[in-house]
Amino acid sequence: MDHHAIRSLRARELAVLVQRGSVTAERVAAAFVERAEQTQTSCAAFQQLTAESALAAAREIDQRRRAGQPLGPLAGVPVGLKDNFVTRNITTTCGSRILSDWLPPYDSTHALRLRQADAVMIGKLAMDEFAMGSSNENTPFAAVRNPWALDHVPGGSSGGSAAAVAARGCALSLGSDTGGSIRQPASFCGLVGLKPTYGRVSRRGMIAFASSLDQAGPMTQDVRDAAIALGVLAGRDPDDATSLDAEVPDYVAACDRRVVGKKVGIDRATLDHDGLDPEVRRAFEASIDVLRGRGVEIVEVTLPHLDLGIPTYYALCMAESASNLARYDGVRYGWRAEADTLAQLYDQTRALGFGAEVKRRIMLGNFVLRAAQYREYYGQALRVRQLITRGYEQAFARCDAIASPTSPVPAFRLGERARDPVSMYLADIYTVGANLAGLPAISIPGGFSLARDRPPLPIGFQLVGARLEEPTLLAIAAAHEADTTWHLQSPPKGPA
Amino acid sequence: MTRYEPIIGLEVHCQLNTRSKLFSPCSFAFGDPPNTHTDPYVWAMPGTLPVLNGHAVSLAIRLALATHSRIEPISRFARKHYFYPDLPKGYQISQADQPYCTGGYVDLPETADQPSKRVRLIRIHLEEDAGKNTHVTGRDFSLVDYNRAGVPLCEIVSEPDLRSAAEAVAYLRELRTIVRYLGICEANMEEGSLRCDANVSLRRHGATELGTRCEIKNLNSFKFLEAAIEAEVRRQTDLVERGEPIRQCTLSFDPQRDRTRVMRSKEEAADYRYLPDPDLPPLQIDQAWIADEQAHLPELPGARRARYAGLGLSSYDVSVLTNEPALAEFFDATIELGSEPKSACNWITVELLGRLNADSKTPAQSPVSPRDMHDLLDLLKRGTISGRVGKDVFQKMYLEGRRAQEIVEQDGLGQISDANVLRDLVAAVLADHPDQVAEFRQGKTKVRGFFVGQIMRRSRGQANPSVVNTVLDELLASP
Repeated sequence: MDHHAIRSLRARELAVLVQRGSVTAERVAAAFVERAEQTQTSCAAFQQLTAESALAAAREIDQRRRAGQPLGPLAGVPVGLKDNFVTRNITTTCGSRILSDWLPPYDSTHALRLRQADAVMIGKLAMDEFAMGSSNENTPFAAVRNPWALDHVPGGSSGGSAAAVAARGCALSLGSDTGGSIRQPASFCGLVGLKPTYGRVSRRGMIAFASSLDQAGPMTQDVRDAAIALGVLAGRDPDDATSLDAEVPDYVAACDRRVVGKKVGIDRATLDHDGLDPEVRRAFEASIDVLRGRGVEIVEVTLPHLDLGIPTYYALCMAESASNLARYDGVRYGWRAEADTLAQLYDQTRALGFGAEVKRRIMLGNFVLRAAQYREYYGQALRVRQLITRGYEQAFARCDAIASPTSPVPAFRLGERARDPVSMYLADIYTVGANLAGLPAISIPGGFSLARDRPPLPIGFQLVGARLEEPTLLAIAAAHEADTTWHLQSPPKGPA
Repeated sequence: MTRYEPIIGLEVHCQLNTRSKLFSPCSFAFGDPPNTHTDPYVWAMPGTLPVLNGHAVSLAIRLALATHSRIEPISRFARKHYFYPDLPKGYQISQADQPYCTGGYVDLPETADQPSKRVRLIRIHLEEDAGKNTHVTGRDFSLVDYNRAGVPLCEIVSEPDLRSAAEAVAYLRELRTIVRYLGICEANMEEGSLRCDANVSLRRHGATELGTRCEIKNLNSFKFLEAAIEAEVRRQTDLVERGEPIRQCTLSFDPQRDRTRVMRSKEEAADYRYLPDPDLPPLQIDQAWIADEQAHLPELPGARRARYAGLGLSSYDVSVLTNEPALAEFFDATIELGSEPKSACNWITVELLGRLNADSKTPAQSPVSPRDMHDLLDLLKRGTISGRVGKDVFQKMYLEGRRAQEIVEQDGLGQISDANVLRDLVAAVLADHPDQVAEFRQGKTKVRGFFVGQIMRRSRGQANPSVVNTVLDELLASP
């Protein structure tokens, strides 16, 4: 089987072939490493390629298979980890100069579980610095480019994770989602991106951005691959006090569940949003029709206070991130500026080590936490968050999932929004609700935006579920996928 | 003409002696080489998360029970932010407006110097300790040791009920005794397992309003605590008498100059930007947990003092025994075997404690066990040996590890109580000193003491004193 054929297979198909011995893990790894190396100049999806260790790990898997030992559910599957997942003895930068040389002495739970499943890590993936951004332009390293149109952004903050899978540099990637950072890049790059229920997947070893909002999740080519990955990642971690002690169901089996009679809710008010691209709106309506065709009942719901979602989200995430980033001072690890006094050490390390967006958010976050402002901003945001959560609970009494576009627009051009942070923030309008309420949400390929002056750009369709209802989301998503072909399309062949 | 009285409150930090730290399984031991008790969480490495050490909460509950405080069924951890190299995360996980424990009190025992007093508590909360920064004099760098970072602390905040430096010291001593009894804290001020900050203000006699208070930090001995409070009271009194205002500030104590010095003023006080810690769920302490700790609570100092007073011990003896729980346990074990409390107390607090202190040994390391002590006391009670001989026997027991009975028999130290035997001995002494006998007969009764001394010498201290007296009187009376 040639490399191109290998790369056109889904992650679960690769695992089966490796388990059977039809193809070696080493060959699979080589096929993806080749592609990753080819596309690195154009897309810059990888922060770091770990080809040597990938091939070594793959060979070890092949040895075990030859010895007759059983292999894990992701046997030989080449994966990429967003560079905010800590990997032992492999530089983990979190997209920042301040950690540009950091060599962790421990592995994140995610790296451990993927390895236990016999996945093969191809490398670490580029991201917006400290996961702050929606375009992967907030980086001291190269900006990541969308494989569908190289002068467009891949989305963010898991931009590298999305670009790598879309360009077939890996079969599956891990991203993190705090306000939409898995789902939005998935929608920009034509992938499935799943953000689990808060606490479903451990946060240990995932460098914290906003602790009460962050979740790790898979980015894949289709729904079933995401289901397998979730099964590997989910489950209680005693090293994360916020991880849930809930049973992990069979997510793959859930994909085959019938959806006839299931109810999907739409809040029409959210579609009257000014910034909603007309093509995105059309694609959304088409996806709704697909679900109707599968026997799903569409109902109207109201999500009150969702208009307050963005300010609430930003008040909370900026405050929490200002707190979480207080530890980056160059004293114990990471980059340290030259300084003559302690004050200079702190000032210079942080001023020079952090990028502009990170500094912006730290300052705003510290402002929000000031004693004088606490009640008005953070305290208030906590209260509104509760209202938003309750709004979802009430809506879920009347439906099984809530549908919306993932992003109001398809991928924009590099540089187009970089100068206007607030316009960047406002684009999170459809995604932040699920983070605020701690609910599972999935973005799936839902069409393309066509224009004369550029290649087609993917459009994402989002479903938000009730707490721990990933099986329901996967079932409805799989049903949509069964009647569409968006997920089968690939970006144009890479440049020379 | 003191028209002002000092109003003092103490914030006391106790390091809980758990096997691992408050939020990570990392070990801790005082005095080990720097940075040998760390793990990724202690280093505040990216991606690490706190996981609560339940045992620390158990110890904290015991403390709250001992201070008769209210234990909150739900409390929260909060992040307290400031930048300093010894604070790895750039914030300390502490408790802010929802501590696990509120109210309560500590009763100071009555002593020769002061009456008993109830000192009320405002609250107790759990928090992480910071590491240790050492400034290297004359060099342009500082060294940071993170061994201590993350160790669990209970911070005990009292109401400003203390009225003098001496009272403050007494309060700190009693807290120290309590936590040592509970076995939750070594409470060693030199090692830093017990630390104290003092809040001091002045109030005009008769007034109800409190004055501006100032905080003295980093007091690491009882002596310094007392001296610092007195120095601060002097400073504030001086200002007030000159009509100058007292500005709220934080001070350190300079023992060389016996003065407090302003470290920072209120305006410079940091805004800690408290944030409920999103990595930790609320701390839930239910009745079952509390009942479990209650069942395992040892006898507390107050109850022990009352029990010893009931045994007839002097208040001095009570305090010596009570201040050393291990010694009190030794005492309890001894009287449980049947020894009489007062003599047991005497021998334990004087003879035994003296030797243990000289050898820097703890009661647990004593070569003489409670059983051994009881045997010795029994021999004394039955008159087998005299008190003087007892001391020799004890010395041999301590140094040689032999049992009392053995020593008496093997070394022939038994007390001579046979009146017939003693009559011969006394007669011999009188016969040897005819002049003194004559003096006695002439009315110089003081000479009697000389005879007793001679008799004791000749009997190598083994003559039973009361039998000697009887026999001596008998022989002196007859012509």
